[in-house]
Amino acid sequence: MRYVRGMQTLPSPISDWFSSKNWTVHPHQQAMLDQSDQASLLLIAPTGGGKTMAGFLPTLADLHEIPRARLHTLYISPLKALATDIKRNLRTPVDEIGMDVRIEDRTGDTSYTQRRRQRADPPHILLTTPESLALLLSYEDAPRMFDGLQRVIIDEIHALAESKRGDQLMLALSRLQSIAPDLRRVGLSATVEDPDGIARFMACHPQETTIIHADPGPDPDIAMLETDIPPPWSGGGGKYAIPAVLDQVRRHNTTLIFHNTRAQAEIFFHHLWLANEDQLPIGIHHGSLAREQRLRVEQAMVDGSLKAIVCTGSLDLGIDWGDVDLVIQVGAPKNVKRLVQRIGRANHQYNAPSKALLVPANRFEIVECKAALDAVYAHDLDGDPRPPGPRDVLCQHILACAAAGPFDAETLYGEVTTAGPYADLSPEAFEKCLNFCATGGYALRAYDRYQRLVFRDEQWTLRDPRAAAQIRMNLGTIIDTETLKVRLKNRGGGTPLGEIEEGFAATLTPGDTFLIGGQIVRYEGLKEMTVEVTRNPSDTPKIATFMGTKFATSTQLSDRIMEIFQQPSWPNLPEHTASWLALQRDRSKLPEPDRLLIEAFPHDGRAHTCVYGFAGRNAQQTLGLLLTQRMEQQGLDPLGFVATDYATLIWGLSPLTDPEPLFDPQNLREGLETWLAGNAVMKRTFRNSAIIGGLIDRMTVGKRKSGRQATFSSDILYDTLRKYDPDHLMLDITREEAMKGLVDFSRIEDMARRRGGSIDLYTLDRVSPLAAPLFLEAGRVPVKGRAEERLLEEAAQNLMETAGLDQIEPAPKRWAVPF
Amino acid sequence: MNILPFIFCGVPLSALPTGALFWQTHRILVVSDLHLGKSERIARRSGQMLPPYETTDTLGRLEDAINATDPTTVICLGDSFDDLEAGRTLSETHVAWVTRLMAGRRWIWIEGNHDPGPLEFGGTHLASFTQDQIVFRHIASESSEPEISGHYHPKAEIPLRGRLLSRPCFLFDERKLILPAFGTYTGGLRSSSPELSGLMSVQAKAILTGPSPCVVPMPR
Repeated sequence: MRYVRGMQTLPSPISDWFSSKNWTVHPHQQAMLDQSDQASLLLIAPTGGGKTMAGFLPTLADLHEIPRARLHTLYISPLKALATDIKRNLRTPVDEIGMDVRIEDRTGDTSYTQRRRQRADPPHILLTTPESLALLLSYEDAPRMFDGLQRVIIDEIHALAESKRGDQLMLALSRLQSIAPDLRRVGLSATVEDPDGIARFMACHPQETTIIHADPGPDPDIAMLETDIPPPWSGGGGKYAIPAVLDQVRRHNTTLIFHNTRAQAEIFFHHLWLANEDQLPIGIHHGSLAREQRLRVEQAMVDGSLKAIVCTGSLDLGIDWGDVDLVIQVGAPKNVKRLVQRIGRANHQYNAPSKALLVPANRFEIVECKAALDAVYAHDLDGDPRPPGPRDVLCQHILACAAAGPFDAETLYGEVTTAGPYADLSPEAFEKCLNFCATGGYALRAYDRYQRLVFRDEQWTLRDPRAAAQIRMNLGTIIDTETLKVRLKNRGGGTPLGEIEEGFAATLTPGDTFLIGGQIVRYEGLKEMTVEVTRNPSDTPKIATFMGTKFATSTQLSDRIMEIFQQPSWPNLPEHTASWLALQRDRSKLPEPDRLLIEAFPHDGRAHTCVYGFAGRNAQQTLGLLLTQRMEQQGLDPLGFVATDYATLIWGLSPLTDPEPLFDPQNLREGLETWLAGNAVMKRTFRNSAIIGGLIDRMTVGKRKSGRQATFSSDILYDTLRKYDPDHLMLDITREEAMKGLVDFSRIEDMARRRGGSIDLYTLDRVSPLAAPLFLEAGRVPVKGRAEERLLEEAAQNLMETAGLDQIEPAPKRWAVPF
Repeated sequence: MNILPFIFCGVPLSALPTGALFWQTHRILVVSDLHLGKSERIARRSGQMLPPYETTDTLGRLEDAINATDPTTVICLGDSFDDLEAGRTLSETHVAWVTRLMAGRRWIWIEGNHDPGPLEFGGTHLASFTQDQIVFRHIASESSEPEISGHYHPKAEIPLRGRLLSRPCFLFDERKLILPAFGTYTGGLRSSSPELSGLMSVQAKAILTGPSPCVVPMPR
């Protein structure tokens, strides 16, 4: 029996199983059953709402009604661990109901034999990741495997939609839909600000997605943590709050303590243990730790043997940890949506309020936390509209299609534009990507003999079929940063502790100490691309610069902060913060939403300029680079700057008197073009896009280990392209990606548009209260130019002196030729 | 152009910012590992289509070095072409360009492991060449004679206030001088690698290329 619209009853063995557990079907689970015929269905439900079961119930009902031998449902999750977890959680009910259903997962960890068998004889339900699906679709036999596929369930779709993995997945679904036209799509999402956006993202265009909203449950019980001492003026980490945090940990079963960065999590964890007189069992979990370490902490959590876990975004998704009854967020949340999703991790029972505490790391963050609290209670989530699908991912998709077999360009274009992110892709843009995949897309036609794709019998096909293996090896949109493994040095090879960035490792000299996995270790040396360390309990560490994204404060949250500034007084803020703001209003002015406040004041013999752009950390950083460049041209001799989420502080020799021309949008954009040229951010962005787009190979660890000179840096390719082929597609993509990523230029332009016309320049005789904390910020950027050469000369001189080599012969004088 | 003079085996030499070497006494310009035609070879072998501009860029920089020094002799220390086929399939424009650079001076092609056979270009093709007891060859040898070679594409890494600066470099000790690769599409081998650390004596120094070349003890 096929389901028709209307109230559906579950087949009796399944409903009996529900009754035997004393469970009832949630209304949204029922709705998912009732609507299971929809081509595209999106469920928005809070954490703990039985989302996954809601997704699978129609599959189980289907398979019960019409037992079949083929693949019925494909389940996609962003995490391998989640796929494994679901397999276990689904196995139990299926066995207890007594259904004969094969459930298997397929990830990078699945064995070769198992993977081969799955392609020949797929299970009923296959659990996998976007990358594994893309790989499956790149084989010639994909149509045989997926023919007749009925449903695809995309779990945590809100998380996938935030990155290129989502774009890749939607392109894969467009392919799947052609192979299996009856395929129905189901998306499972946490609470998001724009359900329609996700609905458009996942639909098979021009069809639409039906959205089902589960009961959002009661409002969370959330507040700022009260401490005896006020937070410091600047910095992150929240070390001051450790006694109060420990007190909360003692009073709850299990507490998750979230941090915004890995480095902060490490430092906090270190100090937490120093203060942990009761020896409460507390663990640490973040993405830089060795897998073994993480698994141990995860297992301890499942066993309930930990009182608290200090963690980062690595615990944001999915896996059910059970007994968490308190979430503490250290540092302002930067983004309300992420905060709400994190809070959802506490109290995994539906219909019980989640409990959470915010710990502002400094004085300014008190205002930020207050703004976030207001937003949570107003159900005002933030987020930027999803930009159109990136073209590097499209290039990869075209190559993957070619690996599966010859294709017709027009058919593929039609298929690609059914995917939400590419629905508005122009035929010309597609043509350019196809041309890039086929010929390299260079202004100089150099590869006529060695095209990657050739046009043969009205179809595009690989010139050399062996290229398919190389294309498959490069699939995926996650680009690893170059990291080195850290191990304890001992006889048996050493315990793995985690990973650090290669750049950080290279700055270490034997004897240096840093924090990893909550312990201080001493750098001993590098052996076969592994960092060897010993334990060193007594020292104060040098801090590891873990990768780990620093999120910028969202536009919505910035606007709320600005609103708080406009209040006549601040009875809801702690006294020390309220009087700080009042003092700022008295001495200078508080920033206003539609005006741009700039303060100019002398300090320590230097002219200082503070620009309150409220554009988020990345944009304020870019603004600092652009403004200092312009100021250099104006002869103001800027020396350096520092940026936070809300302001950029610049220091130099001469004071700023006329800010208007600096913020002229056209001047800003011109400055950006010049500055972008040799910029490291651009080079990094180029590398990522070049790997995704198939211009260069993903480096495998084994290859890098051999360390031969055969490979060369992608920076060289970037410089060469800029010099000889500045309009090349890859540079165009790089510019587009950098603008929305680390450069975040759109927020600068937005700021210039909203406020640039009405600039308030306040010339003060000393530092203003609001600017004062900026002087304590880390991450000061010197204004470059010839600085690098000067530093190098200095370093070279030091090295020669240290080595005693300068005594052997006098340092040669440098001279400029003409010969 | 900033040029760094240094003494090797009692002979005064100069390091150019781009990684070329000039011997003023005999007006000899030395470059190593040009790897002309590399993108063509990669496309032919793996199907990867890198920006096909490296030959233009390499020849452009070689021309600059020649214009700056006006040598009577140019020595290419091997791996001048990414392989023999790349040498044969060089575009007409590039062939004409090389010919123009060669005109009016002695030109010596030392054989490298990438281009072991004779090439259709003029000039002299040799396995090695000797001037004033200094031997020019592609790969450093075990012998005790003073020697200038290429092949390894050495680069040096120096920590600068928390950042790491990595540049192609010359390496030299009492007997051996190794040139950085001159070709645009050439990677580097760290001076700290076992191959290079094993090759060079404890007294070895590195000259970093770049706008102002400078000498440091060879990073190991």
